[in-house]
Amino acid sequence: MAGTGIAFETVSHTYRPARGRPVLALDQVSLTVRDREFLALLGPSGCGKSTLLYLLGGFLPVETGRISVDGTPVTGPGPDRGIVFQNFALFPWKTVKQNILYGLEKQRLPKPEREKRAQEFIDLVHLTGFEDSYPSQLSGGMKQRVAIARTLAIDPAILLMDEPFGALDAQTRGLMHEELLGIMERRPKTVVFVTHDVREAVYLADRVAVMSARPGRIKEIVEIGRDGRPAAEVVKSREFTEKVDHLWDSVRKEALLAQSQKSDGA
Amino acid sequence: MRALWRYAPILLLLLLWEVAPRLGFIDPDSVPPLSKVAVAWWSLLRSGDLASNGLSSLENLLAGLALGVVVGAALGVLMAWYRPLDHLVHPLVRALYPMPKSALIPVMILWLGLGSASKIASIFIGCLLPMVLSSYNGARGVDRTLIWSALAAGASRRAVLWEVVMPSALPEILAGTRNALALSFILMVSSEFVIGQSGLGYLISFLGEGGAYDAMFAGVLTVAVVGFLADRAYLAIMRSALAWRE
Repeated sequence: MAGTGIAFETVSHTYRPARGRPVLALDQVSLTVRDREFLALLGPSGCGKSTLLYLLGGFLPVETGRISVDGTPVTGPGPDRGIVFQNFALFPWKTVKQNILYGLEKQRLPKPEREKRAQEFIDLVHLTGFEDSYPSQLSGGMKQRVAIARTLAIDPAILLMDEPFGALDAQTRGLMHEELLGIMERRPKTVVFVTHDVREAVYLADRVAVMSARPGRIKEIVEIGRDGRPAAEVVKSREFTEKVDHLWDSVRKEALLAQSQKSDGA
Repeated sequence: MRALWRYAPILLLLLLWEVAPRLGFIDPDSVPPLSKVAVAWWSLLRSGDLASNGLSSLENLLAGLALGVVVGAALGVLMAWYRPLDHLVHPLVRALYPMPKSALIPVMILWLGLGSASKIASIFIGCLLPMVLSSYNGARGVDRTLIWSALAAGASRRAVLWEVVMPSALPEILAGTRNALALSFILMVSSEFVIGQSGLGYLISFLGEGGAYDAMFAGVLTVAVVGFLADRAYLAIMRSALAWRE
């Protein structure tokens, strides 16, 4: 299947713990993500949404089905797919600047270009003045901004985000949402954003894909369609509230199901 | 002033060491008073015995320790990275870990003869397993999202081993090295007891057998002080190497 964008075709994945029975985490997931689309994967914890992201990132092997990016099957990690994790995943022994330079060095950019690009992205995420700080000296929100800058600096076509704001307090999270939308306006990318936060999904995404409780399937896909209006305005609209309510119900059912699975010991 | 307060128990012990034998609370033949030990120490220093034996000890210690740290750390990290190596080596490590390594000194003599090589080999073996285990645990504990971040940035698997796994394991490797340092002193002295010829351990046993107890205590005290200073110096280096941890 050719064409632009990301395509998941009947992807299944079995998780095999060191002890205990194998668990079917994803069951025949098919999904396409359009070029430069912001897609949110929404679902209860343990539904396999992160696994789907890791498969797309090439960090886990695709055993059943097929995942392709612009028609090329995914076989491993690559700089075309940048990722941001919930735990920031910064190299703690490197400074802010060294963290951002790491990927640029791997991309073999000439040194003056690397320096220039690193500074540009430090400025972009408003961390000017913190170039030589170590991650341990930064707040959670600042750490995540470094992680985003590190990933964006190597200019991946696709940005994978694994509950990136899940570890932040509500105020910081709100600011990060605005910042992310601002950055995406200036440097549009295809984004796949994993979250269990309904409002976050509706606020950020063009489309929201709801996943079922384990084994994860795509339950429904909701178009958000903000028609170019600023997000702050969309939030106040009636459609926004309706979509949030609808998705709340949808996810709630799956979360309840996931909970009963847990009490079954599954 | 605070330093004085911190080391007060040690000063008290030294004072007791001087006073107790003199007042007859302890047999002065078993524990000569500190001042006599100090005099003996001074004459050992003047004669050059302390310097020549101390130098020999430190040479062997550094050689054995450096080998043990480098080989042990590399082996531990590789075991964590390559499953087959882990399966091959781990059972051996587990079986040999509790064994007192000083028991191998006679074996080293059999294989390498009576000399420095046997001493270095004994120290090396003593340091090896604790280093393997600490670096293995450090490398096993590396956060997979760090590895994935590096891979997504375009790093090769080999680059990930050097640039992500090694530095992630560094705190545990450095903590293991501190244990290895202490073990290397034990193995140094005990190998010199057995092999003789030179070294502080040899000096201690030689003086003890000759009945020069003042000088023997001076030798023991020297080993204790050198070991303490080495540990303090190592701690300072370790702290600056891990400054990023805050």
